[in-house]
Amino acid sequence: MARYELGDDSVIVIVGSGAGGGTLANELCHKGFKVVLLEAGQRQSPATFRNEEWFAFNQLAWLDKRTTSGTWRIAKDFPNLPAWICKTVGGTTVHWAGASLRLQEHEFKARTHYSNIKGANLIDWPLSLAELEPYYAKAEDRMGVTRTNDIPGLPGNNNFKVMYNGAVRVGYKTVNTGRMAINSRPRDGRSACWQLGFCFQGCKSGAKWSTLYTEIPAAEATGKLDLRTEAMALQIQHDSRGRATGVLYADHNGNHQFQKARIVCVAANSIETPRLLLNSHSSTFPHGLANSSGQVGRNYMRHTTGSVFGVFKQPVHMYRGTVMAGIIQDEAGLDTRRGFTGGFELETISLGLPFAAAFLSPGAWGEDYANLLDDYPNMAGMWIVGEDMPQETNAVTLNPSEKDQFGLPVPNVHYDDHPNDLAMRSYAYKRGAAVYEAVGAVRTVAVPPYPSTHNLGTCWQSEKPSEGVCNKWGQTHDVANLFISDGSQFSSSAAENPTLTIVTLALRQADYIADQCTKRNL
Amino acid sequence: MKRREFLKAGAVVVMGTAAAASGVAEIAAAEPQLHTLDPHQAETLLKMTRRIFPHRRIDDGPYWSVVRDIDSAAKSDAGVAKLVREGIAMLDAGGRRFVEMAEAEQTAALKRIENSAFFQKIRTIELQTFYSDPAVWKVIGYQGPAYKFGGYIKRGFDDLAWLPDPPESASPKPA
Repeated sequence: MARYELGDDSVIVIVGSGAGGGTLANELCHKGFKVVLLEAGQRQSPATFRNEEWFAFNQLAWLDKRTTSGTWRIAKDFPNLPAWICKTVGGTTVHWAGASLRLQEHEFKARTHYSNIKGANLIDWPLSLAELEPYYAKAEDRMGVTRTNDIPGLPGNNNFKVMYNGAVRVGYKTVNTGRMAINSRPRDGRSACWQLGFCFQGCKSGAKWSTLYTEIPAAEATGKLDLRTEAMALQIQHDSRGRATGVLYADHNGNHQFQKARIVCVAANSIETPRLLLNSHSSTFPHGLANSSGQVGRNYMRHTTGSVFGVFKQPVHMYRGTVMAGIIQDEAGLDTRRGFTGGFELETISLGLPFAAAFLSPGAWGEDYANLLDDYPNMAGMWIVGEDMPQETNAVTLNPSEKDQFGLPVPNVHYDDHPNDLAMRSYAYKRGAAVYEAVGAVRTVAVPPYPSTHNLGTCWQSEKPSEGVCNKWGQTHDVANLFISDGSQFSSSAAENPTLTIVTLALRQADYIADQCTKRNL
Repeated sequence: MKRREFLKAGAVVVMGTAAAASGVAEIAAAEPQLHTLDPHQAETLLKMTRRIFPHRRIDDGPYWSVVRDIDSAAKSDAGVAKLVREGIAMLDAGGRRFVEMAEAEQTAALKRIENSAFFQKIRTIELQTFYSDPAVWKVIGYQGPAYKFGGYIKRGFDDLAWLPDPPESASPKPA
């Protein structure tokens, strides 16, 4: 592995080693660039993962203090845990369930297609599906997505059998085991899925794609990657011309280090990315770096989520096998006759008993709740993933009074549900319940959203510099050698799980950075 | 680890689980070794934790495990110890002690304090300890960690037989 000097200003510094940062690091290393990858967490491996929900949560989740506000139920149920994302090498690709869907064409053009939604800050992405398609194809091949590249779909588990039969009975047509970055047969040196049922806890079989054991070792093999773990980025600094000069970080001993850089790429997920820019304020940039638009941290999106669980007379054992074992796509399109704009996917979900108890009804106790949990083996579950409306006031800001262990303001995550989000969730709960009732559910339970796993939009792309933070390459409008390389770039949340698109954007950004360096623009 | 030692020490718990599986949950489990709680406090917390998540098929063993974890938390954190001491006094303040109340009265008493820091602390510890206990999994019917068995690929991940199998186009056969 490479070791670069702190004073080496020819390196590219990437903050965060997840879907965006880990992929970008690998691409840039293969192109011959020197890369310093700063990761706040420790390095785990399939050998150190455990099939235990609370253990894994404490091992992998980002647990540094955060605060919440707004009308979303998360602020009441989980006031200091707005998001369930990871602090570990591989980032949230360690935790993700593997669903790999391309965004739909109209979802790139929300302002054009979703007219007159009061209170929504709609914008078009400055790029189109057609521009992304070659990179989507590359990402699907890289990640080994099932139902692409002649890779067969995964076998469906019991949870999917229930979903499939119910869906067909209510008239849904597009129901299958989905496009998943989980090996259905051995590929790329990794095994086929063992159907462990612990996708969220780190995949011990390695069948699920994660940058931890794909992109990052591949980057290390080039001899170009300097991965620094337990390295918490604190501030991006700049020179008098307004160009980024490097990143101040706290190393594993808590000592401050300053790594000089030619280019800085931020891929710290959509809470920490804007927080880092906001904490990088200076006399030149009093409102934070790359924030002349005032949009850094704003338009925070987290998908209109929720779950429906069905209780049956006979056993399901939903926990056996992949967590997202199948999908209903009939509701994903745009059809405003349903009473809302945008669409949603329905995907199976399962929780082990420890997390079922924690999440089925946060805060609940007593006889009814214990009786529900007694029925755990007879439950099937599905998750709603729908497009939420961006709002300028839904924002990651710096908490004015609370500081973290590094002395920096903690992020506050404010989110008010938009009326469109509420209408969609209400409709989706009914459709999910109908699916389960069609196959004999004796009871259905509408479960409120979990802490956000899809955090998006807080440094979004825009054509005009006044409307957003970065251009269609993720390059910030204000600072030419500063890039946004994660889901913060999203200009709409769309109905799809975002990881495939984050990887796609990272692959494309790597080509752009290389091209701009060749042309001496960077 | 600590839980496992406790389970190993208490053969009674295993018997209790067997009894619970057959619908009889009458066998009293052994009281754990405690550091900070006196017998009355321990008994009160046992009843309280039973009322918070009342699973009739589960004997006292897993609830004692929760009491032991509360005891450990109180030992390492004086703030928790104070919360527990004062919380139990609060439950006993109504003239009759909590442990002497009928189940419905206990539930009503807990309902009145459900927003207190004491109740929330006990519920949170119980939520994490109780539902992570293999003895509880066994009774409710959750098989838990699958890695050491090679996953569920050959252990029933698709064994549901009360509905038709989806077509292979929707759900291919395992490789």
